[in-house]
Amino acid sequence: MGSPGLARLHGLFAVYKPPGLKWLHLRDTIEMQLLKGLNACKPPTPKQRVRFLLGPMEGSEEKELTLTATSVPTLTNHPLVRGPAFTSLKIGVGHRLDVQASGVLVLAVGHGCRLLTDLYDTHLTKAYTVRGLLGKATDNFQEDGRLVEKTTYDHVTREKLERILSVIQGSHQKALVMYSNLDLQSQEAYEMAVRGLIRPMSKSPMLISGVRCLRFEPPEFLLEVQCVHETQQQLRKLVHEIGLELKTTAVCSRVRRTRDGLFTLDDALLRTQWDLQNIQEAIQAAAPRVVAELEKNLRPHSGTQQLPGPAGPQGSGHPDSALGLGCWRAGRAAGGAVGGLR
Amino acid sequence: MALSAQQIPRWFSSIKLRSFINAAQLTKRFPRPGKTLLKGFSAWPQLSSDNYFPQCGYKTYRTSSLWTSSQPTNSSRQEGNFAQSTLLPSGNEQSEKMQKIPSFDAELSLEELDDLPPLSPLQPISEEEAIQIIADPPLPPASFTLRDYVDHSETLQKLVLLGVDLSKIEKHPDAANLLLRLDFEKDIKQILLFLKDLGLEDNQLGPFLTKNYAIFSEDLENLKIRVAYLQSKNFSKADIAQMVRNAPFLLSFSVERLDNRLGFFQKELELSVKKTRDLVVRLPRLLTGSLEPVKENMKVYRLELGFKRNEIQHMITRIPKMLTANRRKLTETFDYVHNVMSIPHHIIVKFPQIFNTKLLKVKERHLFLVYLGRAQYDPAKPNYISLDKLVSIPDAIFCKEIANASLQDFEKFLKTL
Repeated sequence: MGSPGLARLHGLFAVYKPPGLKWLHLRDTIEMQLLKGLNACKPPTPKQRVRFLLGPMEGSEEKELTLTATSVPTLTNHPLVRGPAFTSLKIGVGHRLDVQASGVLVLAVGHGCRLLTDLYDTHLTKAYTVRGLLGKATDNFQEDGRLVEKTTYDHVTREKLERILSVIQGSHQKALVMYSNLDLQSQEAYEMAVRGLIRPMSKSPMLISGVRCLRFEPPEFLLEVQCVHETQQQLRKLVHEIGLELKTTAVCSRVRRTRDGLFTLDDALLRTQWDLQNIQEAIQAAAPRVVAELEKNLRPHSGTQQLPGPAGPQGSGHPDSALGLGCWRAGRAAGGAVGGLR
Repeated sequence: MALSAQQIPRWFSSIKLRSFINAAQLTKRFPRPGKTLLKGFSAWPQLSSDNYFPQCGYKTYRTSSLWTSSQPTNSSRQEGNFAQSTLLPSGNEQSEKMQKIPSFDAELSLEELDDLPPLSPLQPISEEEAIQIIADPPLPPASFTLRDYVDHSETLQKLVLLGVDLSKIEKHPDAANLLLRLDFEKDIKQILLFLKDLGLEDNQLGPFLTKNYAIFSEDLENLKIRVAYLQSKNFSKADIAQMVRNAPFLLSFSVERLDNRLGFFQKELELSVKKTRDLVVRLPRLLTGSLEPVKENMKVYRLELGFKRNEIQHMITRIPKMLTANRRKLTETFDYVHNVMSIPHHIIVKFPQIFNTKLLKVKERHLFLVYLGRAQYDPAKPNYISLDKLVSIPDAIFCKEIANASLQDFEKFLKTL
């Protein structure tokens, strides 16, 4: 399985990171499992080497010596002498998840590591389910942190919560337009904005393109957030700020990523599936979609005027309305399908 | 090819690099008969009695003779010329070489090498002499891997055929040097026969030697004394074989040390002699490992987790691995099981396997049962789920029998955690 196995091990795949596991340990575990699978191929046939040996020539009466080529077995390539055939693999991690967070984590093996930068440059959104708990405030915005304040939350209703969420979404929408460096006076930009395709294509702070409340059972509430350029701690801070806006306090009890770009929960591999076979299949399955997405992104921008915005002048072409169609819109509109059990 | 001036210092400097399999040590057994030799030959490890072997040795001498002033080879030195072509491969040639080597050192000197006239490479030679020149690449005098020497060393070849993993041993340069210098017939065979007498099977010798290659430098008498000591403590022959197999370093411990360790376990755990014996047979690495983690774990069980002495004894006789478990993982598992799953001490004592499983597995299964509403760990009530069924059975059976759900449901649930 060794070399053919390695040949099919180039590309991107997604795993489901359970909470409580560091992303680096996860990457190392996957590397170990892949190496185990690659090294488990059948032992090679014993090699031989050719030596020219002196020996008596046949059919001569005297002791005449001549060189004859003989194959003698050699142990130089024996697995016990050479060691395992594969000792390390290049595995890269996409957008990281911190220890307490869980969800879809994109990894790349071999040549796929190149695609990670390209995938980052597409600036696709990610979808999270964030669970908040009203009534407490802690120092690290999580349940296990040091308690700072306790408040009542009887006055909070779903309507108030949704009002706050729409305010947040509105303000982030303005920021989206600003960071995307589009001249809104042009027709194309207006059409993109109408369809909801504006997004920042360079460095920007965390921007939320969509947030809505999935469940509200005080003190617990469940939000779905579609965002870009975020960290999980910023999402927890968001929950804390929502609590403050509601004139109470809130902590975040769970952050779970349900979609990272084009990889969803269905593509993510569970811990029991982290072996060579499953990962190869996942890579094969994801490859065409990744290629399509990256191609869309590389297509040059067609004619929209750009302003040098706060993020600085753009590098190579601002991606067009044709780009990121799949995930960007799916992210904003199809929240219903991505909600899962919780 | 310019010799000597550059090659000698290079060769000597390679001695200083301890991290290399050092040919200088080899030359104590097979000293180079002359400083102007090709450095390759000086690294010649123990010769096997294969047919072509001594011939190679001779021939390398001969090639180097083409450009050095003189070339003392073993029998050619006796005969005093280069024209010897009788190369009868036999064992007595090897012994000849062995005998002559000590005398060479004494006799050889640079002046004698200058006496013989130099041979030009363009000098015509006869056909027989021509085919007797073997220009094999010389062995490297120092290397980081045993691959370079395995084809030329009978000891290494026999070890590989036994199943010893040389790629692991070559990471310890002292061990690799030791193995290269040993002679299979004299040293290794006796110890292998001793191990077989002890009860180790043929296919178990390989992994054993990979771990404990230092046993070759032990005295056979000492090993026998240690086995006799263990037998005197009423360990049966099968027990001793099992212990040696699971803890290869056991026989490298002196009798005094073994005695101290057995005494420590008896005092610390306060078990009967028979139970201590069973414990040690099940987990012999208790005797070879460090004692500090064991002392610490005993304190953790007693003081931090709050188990009573007889409870600890019961758990340890069931799962000896608990003595050497990681302290942080122990406390995390206990914290989850006792505080989150609300399982009291007396039930945990009945199922100590829970300390032997990964915490993530326990968490996942418990949360699944909670989601299904079947998390019932009180034996008094109906639908009781025992802890060993929670952790010790594979996923598919767990889902079907304990949780009454399908494996797909479990996987979907795991993706919501």
